[in-house]
Amino acid sequence: MKSTVIVFPGSNCDRDVAVALKKFKFENQMIWHDDSNLPKTDLVVLPGGFSYGDYLRCGCIASKSKIMSDIIRHAKKGGLILGICNGFQILIEAGLIPGILLRNKKLKFSSKNVFLKILNSNNKFTSSYKKNSVITLPIAHNEGNYFANDKILKNLEDKSLIPFKYCDENGNIEKEYNPNVSSNNIAGILNAEKNILGMMPHPERSIDPLLSGEDGSLLFKGLLKI
Amino acid sequence: MKITVTVTLKKDVLDPQGKVVNKTLKNMGYNNITNVRQGKYFEIDINETEKDKAKEIIDEVSKKLLSNLIVEDYKINLE
Repeated sequence: MKSTVIVFPGSNCDRDVAVALKKFKFENQMIWHDDSNLPKTDLVVLPGGFSYGDYLRCGCIASKSKIMSDIIRHAKKGGLILGICNGFQILIEAGLIPGILLRNKKLKFSSKNVFLKILNSNNKFTSSYKKNSVITLPIAHNEGNYFANDKILKNLEDKSLIPFKYCDENGNIEKEYNPNVSSNNIAGILNAEKNILGMMPHPERSIDPLLSGEDGSLLFKGLLKI
Repeated sequence: MKITVTVTLKKDVLDPQGKVVNKTLKNMGYNNITNVRQGKYFEIDINETEKDKAKEIIDEVSKKLLSNLIVEDYKINLE
């Protein structure tokens, strides 16, 4: 399986995710944002970081990069795209998934491990997780407060486009376990066709039991099953 | 021609930074200040002599780049 990590000025999780992809035997390459041609690839990864120093709005300047027109074409053809943290913000600013990510309500950069409940394994990204299981992944962001109008939220819920929500260790989804006050405790969402996933937590930082656990591994392993 | 654009969060969108500024002003003793909303301000120079044409272009860039209409409003001011 071929993967491509896009590198923007200010990306800082690009090499972490490349290490994860290589560990699971993806044939990975790194592509600079200013290139205009996306090579043949099955999966595009928009990594975490602070592209363009979060100028204007997080992910906004990166979403207008040269490589993005090819990425949008890749998306329309049904190609897989995974946006992690800043990558999620870029997907939103590019209009590939609905809603917006606002500043965390408490104005604090939130960096810690969080519990997530797997709500849907009906897509290529979370197919290896057991539905209703609870996993731990790290988050590290300032703008992770997912916000959308009621119509969009209802559509996400009704069509099972929310693969995971913030919860406690027993899987209780309550406001108090929500690190950024996102709508409906949303930690990540899929587009309607389920070939694009945007998520605030970092699966690439949880692929090794010697470091911070390996709950992120199943996401990469799941993609390989296709 | 110089054109300025002000981008602010929509009325119903939570503005935590504005809230903190408001609270700090209260702590400083400005008790008659009741609300603060924080926004962004752009000064744009444009090579265009026709006012309407310039406004049209700035309107377009405000929609496409300067603001995100899901949560923000923008206002164009011609000098």
